[in-house]
Amino acid sequence: MASVSLKDSEANCIHRLGERTIAAVESVGDLMLFTLKTLRWMFHRRPSASALTENMFEIGVRSIPVVVITGGFIGMVLAVNSYNQFSQMGMETRLGAVINISLVQELGPVLAATMLAGRVGSAMAAQLGTMKVTEQIDALWALGAEPIHYLVVPRFLACFLLIPMLTALADGIGILTGWLLSTQVLEINSFHYWFHAEKYVMPYDIMSGLVKSVFFGAAIAMIACHRGFRCGAGAEGVGRASTEAFVASFVAILALDFFLGVFLTRLYYVLWPGSLSLV
Amino acid sequence: MGERDKSLPLIELRSVSKQFGSQEILRDISIKLYHGETLVLIGESGCGKSVSMKLMIGLLKPTSGDVCWNGCPIQERPEEELLRDRLRIGYLFQGAALFDSLTVFENIAFGLRQNTRMSNGYISQIVDERLNDVGLPKSVASKKPAELSGGMKKRVGLARALALTPDVILYDEPTTGLDPIMTDVINNLIIQTRERRPVTSVVVTHEMTTVRKVSDRVVMLYPLNRLKPGENQVIFEGTASEAFASQDTRVSQFVKGEARERMRELAVA
Repeated sequence: MASVSLKDSEANCIHRLGERTIAAVESVGDLMLFTLKTLRWMFHRRPSASALTENMFEIGVRSIPVVVITGGFIGMVLAVNSYNQFSQMGMETRLGAVINISLVQELGPVLAATMLAGRVGSAMAAQLGTMKVTEQIDALWALGAEPIHYLVVPRFLACFLLIPMLTALADGIGILTGWLLSTQVLEINSFHYWFHAEKYVMPYDIMSGLVKSVFFGAAIAMIACHRGFRCGAGAEGVGRASTEAFVASFVAILALDFFLGVFLTRLYYVLWPGSLSLV
Repeated sequence: MGERDKSLPLIELRSVSKQFGSQEILRDISIKLYHGETLVLIGESGCGKSVSMKLMIGLLKPTSGDVCWNGCPIQERPEEELLRDRLRIGYLFQGAALFDSLTVFENIAFGLRQNTRMSNGYISQIVDERLNDVGLPKSVASKKPAELSGGMKKRVGLARALALTPDVILYDEPTTGLDPIMTDVINNLIIQTRERRPVTSVVVTHEMTTVRKVSDRVVMLYPLNRLKPGENQVIFEGTASEAFASQDTRVSQFVKGEARERMRELAVA
């Protein structure tokens, strides 16, 4: 009897693991199909100007304060944390290069995207989830409007186009606050600060950060809209969709950051073999 | 819904089954909806009435069996053709499903703006007419759904469903949650809509006054978990008076609102 029950419990564990694996693969597959459908509708029929403007205002303009605060603090934190080590080596004037390259290439895009996944992604998932549970998405179908075209395409375009701009804003504010703190509080010479910053921060570094943010924007929009459309019943379902949208977006941002980082570094050496870079 | 052949049912569920994951809702049901009639679907909560309506309009796909419009299975139609043909069917959702972010005017005008090239003036005229049809003043047009009462929401939902002058209207529990007066207002609106132009209707309801007042034919569904082996899920099909006079205790007690049989079953369980 004991061996039978042991086999049963093993079978259940494997069964559960298998079920979870299949569910995860199905969910990723469903997200891919959802993305393909969104892209098909995006090229098939233009979204209405009013829906696009409304989403751009909500996602872009209303996110400015969050992005400004995020960028501002990243720049100051980088300056404060790096100053001691660099001053011990007598290299404090190089702080501009370190702050600026960290910001434009890595911290600006990742932290701005994370903040936007929280502010924009969760809100989108909750809004679409509520529409799902109150049958408003079914009502769109019944009134001859394709819900993906009407709801997802404008949100996708707004995130895709505006998250890079918001990232550029976070970068700019971070650079400004880093410089202000370094020169006004830490008393680093402004000329040398910018001299090293210019020397080490290449246009390619700025571009690679912005390229990453385009992918982050697309991932946030697709994951949030997908979670909203697949939302479970009731308030619990909406809450779960919102949380899942943030967690999945955050994981996607980190994974994309790693793979894009590797790819863009390789690409740099392919395009400019033997050139000098901080990375 | 394409060219009409009036000898064919307008909408037909042919041996349709529907499952959500492992949960079976409908098993091998067949329902026909003919031109000009008002079919009322009754049955206990959870027996699959709303699911049947969503299958009829193509919002859900059957697990097996066919949903046919004018005799043609809709599963074989391209998505865009389905989207266009679906405009011939108006749907009044259970909770009205008005778009929260839009005003009443924009809700009613939504289908017209999405699917036609009518001028704004003409759309305004249609919206005014539809508001008048459902007995709402023009001043409601600028309000958001959150500012409306339950009965007003249902009436705006009906106005929206009527805006594209559909051939078929599906009413999903149109009187649920309304007071008796408002229930009668909605029942009268269903009758008036049918009198104004030849429209085919399906009504899902638990209200027996609605059944008596609006139905030409009644179909009763029974929950799968309480069916006897080999029994069909459609346990009654006939007129309202036949339903009230039915010898089947499950039908007669349901329409009379008697719980004796159910209480006995619960006690046994």
